[in-house]
Amino acid sequence: MRVLDIAGFALRGLAANKMRSALTTLGILIGVASVILLIAVGNGASTAVQNSISGLGTNIITISPQRNAKLTAQDAKALAEADAVKHASPVSSTSATTIYGGKSYDVSQFLGTDPSYFETTNSTPAQGSLFGDDDVQRARKVVVIGATVATELFPGTDPIGKSLLVNNIPFTVTGVLASKGSSGLQDADNIAVAPLSTVQNALTGFGGLSQIVVQARSGDDVATAQAEATAILNGRHHITGTQTADYRVLSQEQLLTARTQTTETFTVLLASVAAISLLVGGIGITNIMLVTVTERIREIGIRKAVGAPRSTILGQFLVEATLLSLFGGALGVLVGVIGTRFTIAGIEPVLVPSSVLLAFAVSALIGLFFGSYPAGRAARLRPIEALRHE
Amino acid sequence: MTPVIEVRDLRKTYGAGDTAVHALRGLDLTVRQGEYLAIMGASGSGKSTLLNILGCLDVPTSGRYLLDGIDTGDFQESQLSLLRNRKIGFVFQSFNLVPRTTALANVELPLVYAGLKKHDRRARARAALDLVGLADRETHRPNELSGGQQQRVAIARALVTSPAIVLADEPTGNLDTASSRDVLAILDRLNAAGRTVVLITHEDDVAAHAHRTVRVVDGRMAGALV
Repeated sequence: MRVLDIAGFALRGLAANKMRSALTTLGILIGVASVILLIAVGNGASTAVQNSISGLGTNIITISPQRNAKLTAQDAKALAEADAVKHASPVSSTSATTIYGGKSYDVSQFLGTDPSYFETTNSTPAQGSLFGDDDVQRARKVVVIGATVATELFPGTDPIGKSLLVNNIPFTVTGVLASKGSSGLQDADNIAVAPLSTVQNALTGFGGLSQIVVQARSGDDVATAQAEATAILNGRHHITGTQTADYRVLSQEQLLTARTQTTETFTVLLASVAAISLLVGGIGITNIMLVTVTERIREIGIRKAVGAPRSTILGQFLVEATLLSLFGGALGVLVGVIGTRFTIAGIEPVLVPSSVLLAFAVSALIGLFFGSYPAGRAARLRPIEALRHE
Repeated sequence: MTPVIEVRDLRKTYGAGDTAVHALRGLDLTVRQGEYLAIMGASGSGKSTLLNILGCLDVPTSGRYLLDGIDTGDFQESQLSLLRNRKIGFVFQSFNLVPRTTALANVELPLVYAGLKKHDRRARARAALDLVGLADRETHRPNELSGGQQQRVAIARALVTSPAIVLADEPTGNLDTASSRDVLAILDRLNAAGRTVVLITHEDDVAAHAHRTVRVVDGRMAGALV
């Protein structure tokens, strides 16, 4: 009974100053919503990175050249012989301008490789077919394009069998890859794959490879494959004990760790910005409660004069502050959750349920914490001091 | 029979050192059960300070205040608020109603802090408003009432908990003659019903309502007049 009465006083107090209550609520709302939203954006970004890395394939080790070293197709062939290695695909990568029917599109990843690359990277054709070993041997000018390239260059037409100009050299489209989806930072479908021999002939020349993509036989074999690859390449590149290698072997897991660390830093940064705005909202509540208490010192005096105990006065103002922040918090959760439905700066936010709980709990605590100081001050006043206050 | 109010050597000092103001300088007063007492005195004589201490709104610097034979100096803040709630009804010169709150809710206020249920509160507050002749004004807010009506609401609030003592600090000070008459008539009735009434006034005709008048001069009793 008593508690409900106190809550009633608090509600009437808030209703007496609707504008002020609304603005304070807005402060907390923005704080809570931004905590939820920014954490979701950070989480969305790291999910995107994870997806893009798992999109590379399974049990993958990538070997890339360091300094001026060259990796060759022979290196790749030697690696493919290792016990723990299933495939080793040489990849020569460039960007190229493709033209079809007066339309032009810049393909960011134009790869020259061998057919095993498709299996390694879990790429399957959505239309047409992939190229085979025969095409590589004969250096046929055939190309398999990604979904984005297909929609950009061939809207409404079947691209299979069409002749495409790549840096002014005609290639025949044999297939379209199934979409892997845009993974946030980079469009995995903005790709075209042609035989290595063709690409080296026509586009990149016979210099070093961009990388060699190695697939281990199973997840357990990744470490062995990594060791074998290092041993083989050390032998072929004449690297002994003390010399640093002229190539870098990186497993998918290592890549993932490195990228995840980056996105974690990103998330922490976003979360701290959000936390600051929540804090500012809290200071807003303290400010408003101080004003409210000062303005109503006479009223507090009257209440004390008719026998309100200290705890009841304290309770009334604490409830006012807590209601403000809880209400703001609830609205903030709503806005934050709705906000995560939209794509923000190319990142699809992924809601972290614990962040909702955290933001809401923090907003409630802010009400209690920042409300307790002014409320305590109000409750400690002697009745006559309060009544004489002007 | 124990006097309801007994004050011995009461002193109250505001500030300290050279700028200290001595509002009360060793005042003695005894009020018996059912008495109707008027306290008179010039401005600054300390009569309001005295009444505030009697109403437990303020605490003396030194001296003893026994309420029903119990020394209030030993009381904790929580016990004092209980006293203010149950034993004492206080009427202020400036009414001191809670703004933006209906007359009924104002009268109910002490009962809320007394922990009464809503139904009982309503009934007793209505009865108190009826007693001061404002039964038809219960939904009015203070700013919709005249000064005399506001003071009557304040009296209703003071008596709603059936306190043993009603203290009134110049209750007619801000009122016209007609309203003053109404308010004094209510106080007379309360006293006739057995309550102890102590009021402060400047006016002799108000003091004439009381059974006994005392004068405060420079923080001391000037001498009892019958």
